[in-house]
Amino acid sequence: MKKNTLLEETASQTAGPYVHIGCVPNFAGLQTVTKTDLGNSLNIDAFGGQEITIQGKVYDGDGASVLDALIEIWQADGFGIYPRGNTDIAMPSNAYTGWGRCASNLETGEFIFKTIKPGKVIFNQDQYQAPHITFWIVARGINIGLQTRMYFAEEAEANKTDPVLSSIKDQSRVQTLIAEKTSNGNYRFDIHLQGAQETIFFDF
Amino acid sequence: MKRKDEMPNRFLPREKHSHPLAYFPDYKSSIKRSPQKELLKFPTTPSEESGPVFSPSIIGELDNNLILNHADDGKSAIGQRLLVFGTVRDQHGRPIPDTLIEVWQANAGGRYRHKNETYLAALDPNFGGCGRMMTDANGNYEFHTIMPGAYPWPNGPNSWRPAHIHFSLFGEAFAQRLITQMYFEGDPLIGLCPIVAAIQDEKAVERLIAPLVMEKTVPMDCLAYRFDVVLRGREQTLFENRPEGL
Ligand SMILES: [Fe+2]
Repeated sequence: MKKNTLLEETASQTAGPYVHIGCVPNFAGLQTVTKTDLGNSLNIDAFGGQEITIQGKVYDGDGASVLDALIEIWQADGFGIYPRGNTDIAMPSNAYTGWGRCASNLETGEFIFKTIKPGKVIFNQDQYQAPHITFWIVARGINIGLQTRMYFAEEAEANKTDPVLSSIKDQSRVQTLIAEKTSNGNYRFDIHLQGAQETIFFDF
Repeated sequence: MKRKDEMPNRFLPREKHSHPLAYFPDYKSSIKRSPQKELLKFPTTPSEESGPVFSPSIIGELDNNLILNHADDGKSAIGQRLLVFGTVRDQHGRPIPDTLIEVWQANAGGRYRHKNETYLAALDPNFGGCGRMMTDANGNYEFHTIMPGAYPWPNGPNSWRPAHIHFSLFGEAFAQRLITQMYFEGDPLIGLCPIVAAIQDEKAVERLIAPLVMEKTVPMDCLAYRFDVVLRGREQTLFENRPEGL
């Protein structure tokens, strides 16, 4: 078979410190293109699953919180179905979106998402992935967006057989991907860019 | 459960050489903000092979016109008027239709409209610096803006960013999510910038530099620059390799 010649990918570049202007303009004080920032709400009422709140910070190699990060999440609904599925659900609509975007607070670095707990997601014909949320982090100093996953401590059984988690050689680092349950429905997920607690980042 | 042939294909692995190094000490901010441990390599799963879909209804009439979208009635932004256009494709050359592009940039003096911005260049009351658009059915996009100014930044004792426009792209799956910057042909500051130099492959740098395209300029109105984007492609199936019509 003829080998296809592939085009080469466009290079990533840092989002820089002013990413808010383009991605969360209202947060930046700009009402130019939109009255509400995209990804501000995941439309959780439309699904009616188990509501959860995820809070966290991004920390740099000095342990300082990153104040100019932009965090996006992408996740399945409570049945483990990604909103697009095989249909063409356009957002924003009345449907649960599965996609959220939040800028770190400019003073504290804290980010927060109100979402629903995802179900198990298909991996292949015979296997599921444990419930998880994909995180994507950009900021000044991050040259290519960082991808990681948040898993749930109470899903110990599913986590044990998750194909991604079980591929991690240094199992002592798996805990960097498990959110801390602070109270019922509330989770803390801090992301460490470097250091002893460095979060596992993925090259998917 | 879905049959294998109904599931989307995996994505090709990212081309390391086309992207900047995460840790590049000449760009000081990367020193403490780059992972030091190796990334965990894993083939894409349905979690990365899917992604948000945006409705064209979110786009307002002036969203792709930065000359006008922050201007008072009858006014327009100061600066060299530009049309920026291009096509978003995957690595197989297939256009990616109906995908969201967000752009942001400094004004003609090199100043951003942002609370953390301290550069002494003046704000332009008629320029916000934010725009967005969807690609059309053929993966094409365009927007009107003004030439952003170069600006100094706290990296070395005298560091200047080349003129650039920031781009955020979604593609059709989260695996393709990309933020990048477009530069302008002939800008001598490109070769002096450590953010650019973090990309080791000269060809990959060249692809970020938009050429002037005289045929697309509008007489007595604006110059035109082309910026084409290539996002990761999926592994191809046998079906897709068949010549068309079979
Ligand atoms: Fe910039």
